[in-house]
Amino acid sequence: MAEMNAPLVRVAGLSRYFDVSAPWLNRVLDGQPRLILKAVDGLDFEINRGETLALVGESGCGKSTVARLVVGLYRPSAGSIVFDGVDMAGLGGRAEMAPIRRRLQMIFQDPFASLNPRWRVSAIVSEPIRAFRLLDDERLIVERVGQLLRQVGLSPVDGEKYPHEFSGGQRQRISIARALSSQPEFLVCDEPTSALDVSVQAQILNLMKDLQRQLGLTYLFISHNLAVVRHIADRVGVMYLGRLAELGPAKTLFQLPRHPYTRMLLDTIPDLEMTGRQRTPVAGEVPNPINPPTGCAFHPRCPFANDRCRSERPEAKLNDTGSTTACHAVEEGRLPAGPLPQAA
Amino acid sequence: MALLEVEHLRIEFPTRRGTLVAVDDVSFALAEGEVLGVVGESGAGKSLTGNAIIGLLEPPGRIAAGEIRLSGRRIDNLPYEEMRKIRGKQIGAVFQDPLTSLNPLYSVGQQLIETIQTHTDLTPTQARTRAIELLAEVGIPGAERRVDHYPHQFSGGMRQRVVIALAICVNPRLIIADEPTTALDVSIQAQIIALLKRLCRDHGTAIMLITHDMGVIAETADRVAVMYAGRVAEIGPVRSVIKEARHPYSHGLMGSIPKISDSKDRLEQIEGSMPRLTEIPAGCAFNPRCPQVFDRCRVERPDLMDAGDTRASCWLYAHG
Ligand SMILES: Nc1ncnc2c1ncn2[C@@H]1O[C@H](COP(=O)(O)OP(=O)(O)OP(=O)(O)O)[C@@H](O)[C@H]1O
Ligand SMILES: Nc1ncnc2c1ncn2[C@@H]1O[C@H](COP(=O)(O)OP(=O)(O)OP(=O)(O)O)[C@@H](O)[C@H]1O
Ligand code: SF4
Ligand code: SF4
Ligand SMILES: [Mg+2]
Ligand SMILES: [Mg+2]
Repeated sequence: MAEMNAPLVRVAGLSRYFDVSAPWLNRVLDGQPRLILKAVDGLDFEINRGETLALVGESGCGKSTVARLVVGLYRPSAGSIVFDGVDMAGLGGRAEMAPIRRRLQMIFQDPFASLNPRWRVSAIVSEPIRAFRLLDDERLIVERVGQLLRQVGLSPVDGEKYPHEFSGGQRQRISIARALSSQPEFLVCDEPTSALDVSVQAQILNLMKDLQRQLGLTYLFISHNLAVVRHIADRVGVMYLGRLAELGPAKTLFQLPRHPYTRMLLDTIPDLEMTGRQRTPVAGEVPNPINPPTGCAFHPRCPFANDRCRSERPEAKLNDTGSTTACHAVEEGRLPAGPLPQAA
Repeated sequence: MALLEVEHLRIEFPTRRGTLVAVDDVSFALAEGEVLGVVGESGAGKSLTGNAIIGLLEPPGRIAAGEIRLSGRRIDNLPYEEMRKIRGKQIGAVFQDPLTSLNPLYSVGQQLIETIQTHTDLTPTQARTRAIELLAEVGIPGAERRVDHYPHQFSGGMRQRVVIALAICVNPRLIIADEPTTALDVSIQAQIIALLKRLCRDHGTAIMLITHDMGVIAETADRVAVMYAGRVAEIGPVRSVIKEARHPYSHGLMGSIPKISDSKDRLEQIEGSMPRLTEIPAGCAFNPRCPQVFDRCRVERPDLMDAGDTRASCWLYAHG
């Protein structure tokens, strides 16, 4: 048993590569090279017990891949994931995985693909309870399912229905109820509320916070909605092209972002006050992960890029605000504080 | 004449336990080049309304009453083949679920090229060039390579953008976009919004934009309809609805939006949940949750009435 104040999850050098080459025959005939996509490329982070770590970053930067790696749905190409002192890579078969599996659950980004269409909702929600034999009295199971459905704002009678009878947001709530049913300690949530309207989103986020307080849950929370992240996260990691650009306490990161990319992300938040402020147009294009830029992957879009940035990859270093930042300019102290100047 | 007119639309699901009314007496119109945002409680009937317009309601769901007209022509009762043509050429659809629009067995390029060739006379080479252009336009990096990849090789947000590319590839006059940007981060979102706005401006395309993202609505929509329990609770200019919503439900909805500037421990939420379709209360459907409920609300159902700059179905605005 690991000590109580050690991090619950410890990720080191985590990487996952995908082979996206054309089929062998085309490669040979057209002389195309083998193509490797580095979806996640050397991540280090820890998640403490009872805390929420959020991952943010542009579409395609590797957030869902990290989520799948952490719950064991993908095998890492390199690096390690240690859960409560147990190295997940060392776990061989299903039998060894089972006790850990119960303790971590995942809510998927796509509520349509993750619910079995032929099962009734009650069967879907109770599946983890049965699989891990948490309750064996049928009456207690029914009761528990009803309670879970109510917790996510559905009704116990909804258990009778099939997934297709629900709207998008209602289906997302079903997957949340299922994830909660095995009473996990660690929940990986991939965009758990982006299919929900803001009032249900507020209910679910409040519920997640309540559960965290009551049960000491630990969350890895993935979202592109920075306002949601601001609200739920204790610490935030900003990903760019498979790597962490910046990682730090939520408050610091939002108030004193250091990495130029974090600053750019904060500048693109939509304007609800309708002051007529134009969103800062995103400078440059998201680069191609199959053929990423040399040095710092952000350099083609960065107003502070210099020759060093173009050739040498920056390592994560602790900065003066208490965040870790992977940026040469921050390290060299040549980055002005305050808002980001417009890119040329 | 409005490009799209929806009048007294009613959508029902016959079930063994009786008929469920999922959309009840919904009316609105959309002018050329206009963006109508549709927001509201999850399960309120937004997607069903969109699907009814495209002619893709899934049975047993059916239009039980009302009319839908495109440029004055009734389209809710057309034979399947005729509707299919309108769907390809005049109405583009972005579904909430990207998987319904993408075939896992074909590369995204093959799917785009096929759609382009069905509705235009471009040669295969031209269609391929156009497909790559479209992917670049929706912000897929390395589009020349990505065009030959299969849907499962894309991230969630990339798939969503491929679906958007499919919907706009033949310059339709009306786009029904159901949650087109939910899986997208803010920077790509900005790009997609700019793209949609350009379509409206340059081609007079009208857009029905269903989304939970109030930021997207604030930046894109001209008018907003707020739906609750199958009905339109409020409809009006975007500024008025967001800044001074009249209907108590829209007011609560706007209050639940998390803001980047504050980190209150709890978000405001509307207590309770939307009634199930089998238990819609008499009178105003919002009455059990409404902080301003009074006697009339429990017996009589309000229709849309003038409420300042907007129209709201709420007895607080009854005159006389
Ligand atoms: N099974 C796979 N095969 C090939 N490439 C993949 C696969 N899964 C993901 N990728 C690629 O890895 C990269 C990261 O994908 P991932 O789904 O992790 O992104 P994401 O950050 O979750 O994006 P989004 O916000 O759009 O969901 C993308 O370029 C994607 O195309
Ligand atoms: N096949 C069906 N059988 C019975 N009820 C259905 C069926 N399909 C949809 N419904 C019901 O119709 C209502 C409206 O669904 P719709 O998908 O239009 O909601 P929505 O407003 O798009 O919600 P969301 O924001 O969650 O996507 C929901 O309450 C749903 O349960
Ligand atoms: S390392 Fe250089 S290019 Fe990268 S973010 Fe810092 S300044 Fe910009
Ligand atoms: S009609 Fe009555 S119950 Fe309904 S929203 Fe208005 S005040 Fe509230
Ligand atoms: Mg993802
Ligand atoms: Mg919907």
